[in-house]
Amino acid sequence: MNMNYTAEELAFRDEVRAFLDEKLPADIAAKVKGFRQLSKEDHQRWQKILSEQGWYATHWPEEYGGVKWTPVQKHIWDEESCRYGVPRSIPFGVNMVAPVIIKFGNEEQKQQYLPRILSGEDWWCQGYSEPGAGSDLASLKTRAVREGDHYIVNGQKTWTTLGQHANMIFCLVRTNTEVKAQEGISFLLIDMNTPGITVRPIITLDGEHEVNEVFFEDVKVPVENLVGEEDKGWTYAKYLLTYERTGLAGIGLSKAALQHLKELASRRLKNGKPLIEDTAFSQRIAQVEIDLMAAAISNLRIIASVEGGGVPGAESSMLKVRGTEIRQSINDLARRAIGPYAIPFVEEELDLDYDGDFLSDKNAAPLAAQYFNNRKLSIFGGSNEIQKNIVSKMILGL
Amino acid sequence: MDFRLNEEQQMLQDTVARLVRGEYSFEKRLEFSESDLGFSENFWKQLGELGLTAVPFPEELGGFGGTGVEVQSVMTELGRGLCIEPYLQSVVLGGGLISQAGNDQQQEQWLGGIASGETRAAVGLQEPQSFYDLNNVETRAEKSGDGYVLNGRKSVVIGGHCADVLVVSARTGGDSRDADGISLFLVPADAQGLEKRTYPTIDGAKGCDLFLNNVTVGSDALLGEEGQAAEVIEYQAGRAIAALCGEAVGVMEVACDLTLEYLKQRKQFGVPIGRFQVLQHRMVDMMSELEQARSMAILAASVADEPQSDERRRILAAAKNVIGRSGQFISEQGIQSHGGIGMTWEYNFAHYAKRLIMINHQLGDDDFHLERYATLLQAS
Repeated sequence: MNMNYTAEELAFRDEVRAFLDEKLPADIAAKVKGFRQLSKEDHQRWQKILSEQGWYATHWPEEYGGVKWTPVQKHIWDEESCRYGVPRSIPFGVNMVAPVIIKFGNEEQKQQYLPRILSGEDWWCQGYSEPGAGSDLASLKTRAVREGDHYIVNGQKTWTTLGQHANMIFCLVRTNTEVKAQEGISFLLIDMNTPGITVRPIITLDGEHEVNEVFFEDVKVPVENLVGEEDKGWTYAKYLLTYERTGLAGIGLSKAALQHLKELASRRLKNGKPLIEDTAFSQRIAQVEIDLMAAAISNLRIIASVEGGGVPGAESSMLKVRGTEIRQSINDLARRAIGPYAIPFVEEELDLDYDGDFLSDKNAAPLAAQYFNNRKLSIFGGSNEIQKNIVSKMILGL
Repeated sequence: MDFRLNEEQQMLQDTVARLVRGEYSFEKRLEFSESDLGFSENFWKQLGELGLTAVPFPEELGGFGGTGVEVQSVMTELGRGLCIEPYLQSVVLGGGLISQAGNDQQQEQWLGGIASGETRAAVGLQEPQSFYDLNNVETRAEKSGDGYVLNGRKSVVIGGHCADVLVVSARTGGDSRDADGISLFLVPADAQGLEKRTYPTIDGAKGCDLFLNNVTVGSDALLGEEGQAAEVIEYQAGRAIAALCGEAVGVMEVACDLTLEYLKQRKQFGVPIGRFQVLQHRMVDMMSELEQARSMAILAASVADEPQSDERRRILAAAKNVIGRSGQFISEQGIQSHGGIGMTWEYNFAHYAKRLIMINHQLGDDDFHLERYATLLQAS
């Protein structure tokens, strides 16, 4: 039983801190810590800095420009970057399609796509969900029909996160309708500038444009953009989902959000005292902090087991449910902490350069919107109900 | 980072597991519970012979100075067997208080016996009005000659009915809720003026309320410095919380195993009921509660024998809060998943369910520890 970092791990943490102290742009960190939206340029600027440091691709083998971090090192990076206000890396290229290309793609695909992901030249988005295929992903209907050297793609994808910035999309498409749903799916890489593709924004309940619908009308995709074998896409999709699921518990993000909440609750007053000293409110904070403490240890237990050669299985699913519920509770409390000032939607105060008077607290403006936005946490990456199905099947054998 | 037990700790846990498996069938437990003693004298003896009652004590007392992790390993297996022997009261709490506060003579007099199991201790730290607050003490100890006269009542002293020595808190100064002015006394079970109202507990053990009516003890009965016992009590209650977390994890493991097995084997509507998603998700929630409890038990064990600090206080309060809530969840949802059979005396699940609920009533429930944690919250 040893819950401490080794000397090497501590040295690594110092290295991470020194790097972030020196290289993380203050304006970007301020946006992240204040829950403001980041622009495409913000993301790209930070990615470039990370790439130069050689710390962008932490899931890749070194031969492709990845960095070989242990599970504990990844955890340290996650903790520190959340604490510092590092932008969440946009995972679709570096952490999703890249591992699939590395494992199942051919040499040409590796040469063509991996360097462009590292350099930030390509911005990838994910073409999985469809209007009729959410949790039941295998029921997807977007068709790809082989015609000579091309596939002709017709259909619609949805919930495409930051698709408005992307120039590439990886898609699950149906190439065979004669077989079982899972067996007729292929994995295609598609250039978003191909004629016939239309991106339409979906405005979410908080007023933000984060997700999109993507329409495909007779889109010609060269056959060399097929990853692996035709009709074997489901295997690759599932492989990718295991990458998606790790880290979805967001323990580091919850820790940062809780810190933010406690600071807020120390500034807000109730009955002439800081809200954090109010009996009812302090107990709500205490409860979520306790739950987060338990989830953080559970997370470390999984990391230590992977470090020792274990495979993160359905335990990550259980933790995804816990972790997302905890983050949602923290968002809920932050919204409650500003009382009636949760009601006004003061857009100008979302701008970090705003120098007028604040309607209430300097950090109040994004809180209600953020609460609504993060209802997504228990839906995406496999809804929490789907996660429970996975645990039920994989661990419990039910 | 490594959360596994080391080889020695694993061997210790296996020893307890083997002993429990061999001696503690469900049917035998019911017999032990219904006996006059309220547990198995023979099993207790074996705990002693195998050196298990000596685990937290130093080598010269036959132990190996085991800390939170070792004590928890023992407690987890005792929990799995739903054992009702007063290990927590005698070894962890009684032994702990005497080790920390006792002078050489007192340690010599009591610890050898407690470590070998030949002597049993019990602790009277709560009172009818104290509601888990161990600083809420109204029992008085008045100086008389070179000793003290004790008057008052101590509540729910598990194992008190058969203890050779009772460690009780009493006030030598201060007001009824002050930390200052609390003292500890060693009271022999046969002391004049000490009365016991003995009862079975709903989860199968035995305990009593102690009535101290002009109980006269010598100055050598004072354990530790007069009026300065609050810190000792808080510290040892913390060790006991960590131990109790270990027991709770053992109980929850079996409760979850039993429920899962039942879901696979019980058929309704022509299929095992575990095919129904509503029951699958409930089972996943139970497992998830168990995992959170296990994480907090590990954390609690890691600080149990560390020097006192706010960090230690926070972790132990958090752990007891989590254990209390997950225990209640697993207990209630487990009974619900079993349906009618979960309500019966003759099926073992119900007894696990009862123990889980009662663990929440020992050393402070989840509300008590949430409040305690909230007062320790720091905005830092």
